This record gives sequence, C-alpha cells and structure tokens, in this order.
Amino acid sequence: MQYIPNVLFAVILIAGIGFFVKNVKKLARNIKLGRNVDVSDNKSQRWKNMAMIALGQSKMVRRPVAGVLHAIVYIGFIIINIEVLEIIIDGLLGTHRIFASIGSLYGILIGAFEILAVLVFVSVILFWIRRNIIKMKRFWKSEMTSWPKNDANYILYFEMVLMTLFLIMNATDVHFQAMNSGNVISQVIATWFSGLSEGTLHIIERGAWWVHIVGILIFLNYLYYSKHLHILLAFPNTYYGKVKPKGQLDNLEAVTNEVKMMMDPNVDPFAAPAEDTGTEGEEMPAKFGASDVQDLNWLQLLNAYTCTECGRCTSECPANQTGKKLSPRKIMMDTRDRLEEVGKNIDANKGAFKEDGKQLLDDYITKEELWACTSCNACTEACPVSIDPLSIILDMRRYLVMEQSAAPVELNNMMTNIENNGAPWPYNQMDRLNWKDE
Amino acid sequence: MSESLKVPTMAEFMAQGKQPEVLFWVGCAGSFDDRAKKITKAFVKLLNKANVEFAVLGTEESCTGDPAKRSGNEFLFQMQAVTNIEVLNAYEVKKIVTACPHCFNTIKNEYPELGGTYEVMHHTQFLKTLLDEGRLTIEGGQFKGKRITFHDPCYLGRANNVYEAPRDLIQKLEAELVEMKNCKRNGLCCGAGGAQMFKEPEKGDKDVNVERTEQALDVKPEIIAAGCPFCNTMMTDGVKAKEKEGDVAVMDIAELIANAQDL
Repeated sequence: MQYIPNVLFAVILIAGIGFFVKNVKKLARNIKLGRNVDVSDNKSQRWKNMAMIALGQSKMVRRPVAGVLHAIVYIGFIIINIEVLEIIIDGLLGTHRIFASIGSLYGILIGAFEILAVLVFVSVILFWIRRNIIKMKRFWKSEMTSWPKNDANYILYFEMVLMTLFLIMNATDVHFQAMNSGNVISQVIATWFSGLSEGTLHIIERGAWWVHIVGILIFLNYLYYSKHLHILLAFPNTYYGKVKPKGQLDNLEAVTNEVKMMMDPNVDPFAAPAEDTGTEGEEMPAKFGASDVQDLNWLQLLNAYTCTECGRCTSECPANQTGKKLSPRKIMMDTRDRLEEVGKNIDANKGAFKEDGKQLLDDYITKEELWACTSCNACTEACPVSIDPLSIILDMRRYLVMEQSAAPVELNNMMTNIENNGAPWPYNQMDRLNWKDE
Repeated sequence: MSESLKVPTMAEFMAQGKQPEVLFWVGCAGSFDDRAKKITKAFVKLLNKANVEFAVLGTEESCTGDPAKRSGNEFLFQMQAVTNIEVLNAYEVKKIVTACPHCFNTIKNEYPELGGTYEVMHHTQFLKTLLDEGRLTIEGGQFKGKRITFHDPCYLGRANNVYEAPRDLIQKLEAELVEMKNCKRNGLCCGAGGAQMFKEPEKGDKDVNVERTEQALDVKPEIIAAGCPFCNTMMTDGVKAKEKEGDVAVMDIAELIANAQDL
C-alpha cells in the first residue's frame, strides 16, 4: 500500500510525457509536409544565431520593458527545472527533498528559486496588465480574436498558479521551514499558515506538491495547442533561420533550369521532353510558388509553429501601420491554422490527405494582404525568433503570378514593359543613355 | 553644362582594349525618370571630378529584374538576370557601383547564384572610399550647418546593413544630421519597395510615404536626404502632400555633395 503514491506518480508522469511525445511526433510530421530546403550551410553562424537570439534573448531586449520581463520569466523557467527534477525523483522514489543532502548549496538553490518565483509572478502580472488593462495596440489587432487572446491569458494564469503552488509547497513544508535555509520567501508566507495543525499543513503541502507537478505536466501538454510552443521551437527556428542578407530572396531552381534551356542556343526546340528520371537531382515542382501549406518549405512551416503572436512584426509593418490589411503575424497564424487543419485531415483519413476544397490562399490569406507588402523586411528584423513572413508572402505572390497570372493590372503592365523594353516603364531601351545629353 | 559630362560606355572601353575601374550601373530610374536622372548626373559629375575611370553599359543595360522578382514573376526575373549577367561577363566586369539600392541588392545578392559574381557597391559606399582615399574632397558649401535627416532605403539598410556610409558623407558636409523616430534597422519603408512603385497602394488609412514624410517633418529638417531614386520620388510626393515643398527639399546624397561644390 505504501507504494501507491509512487506508482500513481509514475503513471501520471509516463502518461504526461507520453502524450507530449505523441504530439511532438505529430508536430514533426506536419512540419515535414513542407518541401525540402537545404539549411546545411553556415553552421558556425547558425550556432551563433541560436546562442545569441534564442538563448541570449538578444532581440527580445530591443523592446526593453517586455525584454526584461521576458528574460525574468525565461531564466525562472530554466532554473526552476532543477526543482522539477527533484520533485520527479522524490515522486518516483518516495523520498522527500532528496537534494537537501547536498548541504548549504541546497539552501542557496532554493533561495534562488523562491526569489525567481516571486519575480516571475510579478512579471507575469505585469504582462497580464499590458495585455488586458493597458490594452497595448499590438495585442488588440484584428487577428487577435478569441483563441489567440485567451491562449495568451491562459499561459499567464498557468504561470501564476504554478509559482504560487511552489511557494505554498515550501511554506507549508514544516521540516523544510525547520531547516531554516533558503526559505527566504516561504518563511514569510509560512506565517499565513501559522494557526494550522501539523497534519493540516502536511495535507496542504502534499496537495500543493501534487497539483504543482501535475500542473507542470498539463502545461507541458498544453504547449502543442498553444503559441507557448515557442519555448521549445525558438531554438531550432533561430538555428535554421535566414543567414543570408535580408534582401536576398531565393532563386527558384526549377525556373533556373527552364531559363537556361530557353537561353541555350544548342537546345533542340523540337526534342521530345526528357523522361522524368530526375537526372538533374531536383524534381520539377508540381506548381510554382505556394497556394497551400504543402507548397511551402518545412522551414516556413516550422516558422508558423514557432510564432508567439507577439505582434512585433505587425507593429513595425509599414503597410499595417498605415491601415492596410496586411499583418505579418496573421500570415504566420493563418499558416499554422491551415497546417493544423491539414494535419487533422490526415489523422482522420488514416495518414493520407483528403482534398477538402480549401487552401491557404483565399480561404485564409487574401490577395489584398499579399499585394500590400513592400518587402521592406521590417517584420523579419522585428521578429525575436527569426521568423520570415516575407518568404511566405513571396511564394504566394509567385503562385498568383506564375500559375494564375493574377497580378494586379498595373504590375502586369510593369512586367510587360520589362519584357519588351528592359525597363518597368514604357521607354525604349535604345534611349537609355539619353540623359547624358539632356 | 551637360557638355562637361564624360560618360564613356563599356563598348568604347572595349574598343580601346581597356577596362574601366568600375562599371556604373545606372538603373531604369536613373536612366528614364526625370527626377532620378538628376541624381545620375550629379553622381557622374563626382566621378568626373575624382577622375574615376568608369563606364556605363548604356543601351546594353536592362532592368535587373528586381520589381519582377518581388512581385512574384521569377521567370521574368531570371530571364533579365541571365541576360544581364551574359553582358557583364562578356565585358569581364569585376566591380559595379550603382545609385539604386534595388539594383545594388539584386546584383550583389541574387546574381551570384545565377553565374554573376561581382564586387557591388552603393554609390554612397563608393563615394566614401573615394573620400577616404583622398581622391574626392567634400565641402559643406551651402549645406554647412543645415538640418538634414537621412531616410534609410530598406534595400540598402535592413537588406544589406549599410547604415554608416551615407551618414558619414552627410556629416562631411558639416551639416547637422538629425535622426527620425524610425531610423537605421528600424527605418520605415518609403512605400515603393516590392514593386509597390508601379501600382496603386492597397486601401488603408493613409499612404506609407505620407506616414514616412510625417516622421521626417517631425524632426524639422531643411533637407530630407535619400539614397534611392524610388525613396526620393516617394518622399518628394509626401512633402508635396504636406504642402511643405517650399520649406523642405528632398535630395540624393550624390546631389548634396555635387551641389555643395557647385558642380
């Protein structure tokens, strides 16, 4: 009978982690629905980016208030995991505060955790106030509908509750209080419980302990459904993020092959098309550009899952600032929503996608949004986790132009001019040097 | 005064069996747009003054394909790119300077994968090296002490991290350089990039160039300096929309330097 709590704990732990792993697999499968993209270059720069941007939070602190608050929550999250490790060992072995045996260092550690817990709690309250009381503009844009808004608040509530439970757990731990080491915060809170019997205190302590660890497991599994997933994906995303100059857009390789053939005087125009043997290494894409998530590459899909919906991109976007429909954040949210829909479709149809008559273009992202982009890179500069909404916008424009010939009329005129005159305006190429004599 | 402009072509250099120090890529705006042509001429005057042996492609130059690529027409872009690269490689061009950040970005970043690798400089970077090498002197002249604000072109700044060369040049004019609310990596687009120059903007509260001009006017400049022919047009339109064209001039950095010396 005495092993029941340990067994129960093991079951809950395995179930919690197991469910999480199952969802991570689904996540990986969804991301792999994207086209392949080569990111094997610039390894040292990539490691550096990950260290600076994800680990070092270098882009978060560009907005100092949010940056500092976020850094506190982030450091708290990482360091308090040592405590979680102790909880897991205690839970499995039936021990109590197993790390206490390391002596005075334990007191220092717990003291640090307690102070961090308070700092995290305060930061989270401030985050909540910024969102819900001050109503900062970027949290109240049109794409921040019910779920994105609630999601953000749920995360904050979760963190408040977890921190509170941690402190109550310490404060009601009679033996720990008796040790009188490291309980810098909890000794104050302990006085709130002073009138209670030792038995009652023990029940509260055990209750807080259990709800705390179960809460952590629930929170872990909440990640998959939430923008909070960024705490994991920010690392691969900053590693695989763009290392080329921001202005450099990729040259579509399939187009290069076509263009080279067209320009090659030795090609026999009447030759039968080559057998699709894939001799060139790159297979011809089914279509140019992207109209749905499967046409995007896996990095763009990873971007979508990494997006924290902080809206820094949108608040910097010149189109959005001047009231146009484009919001880079919405581009990322739409991509994720559609990808989730496609993933569910695959799950429901035994592993194969069944045509659902919907796609990312039009059903989620409108042409009006796509054509409003000035490709200025304000969004990619602003993103704290190296997301590139511009690459998705460009791929969708490519689809509109190369597959549908659906560019705005003025742009079609511009393109015709380039084709005929080598300039976006209808001037003769032979007049290019006229300025010299004017 | 136009007689004094020396603008040799690559074909002429080749006929003499010579290679210029640098190819000046004029760009479509610089060749055809009335406002941008003035920037082209100002830059040529500076090249002449500094005795730089440069050449242009003239009628052999064609659009880099930037607006086609950014509006999604990858075919047209690559056709333009491959054609231009053939011309450039035939002339064995090594070094290119251009006053257009869009041409600069495209040739510098997107041409190498298609077989065209060159050393590419924006004209402000090139003028800065001429200055550093002592081949060009810059005087303040009429701009001494004037309040000048610099609008960062997206395709020079954020796209390629060139922020200092244009600012260094403005400071050499002994002018007072004032920064807008959004500058350098946080610069606000003029609204023309990504082929927006060639179409009407989508519906919104206001046009991007008006917003940007308001930011510029907030710092009360006498001159808004630009480093891109498209930004120049957009900011000029913005100043007109605010009915400030009598008080505030929009000028390219090459024009500032050339005008300061009455070239």
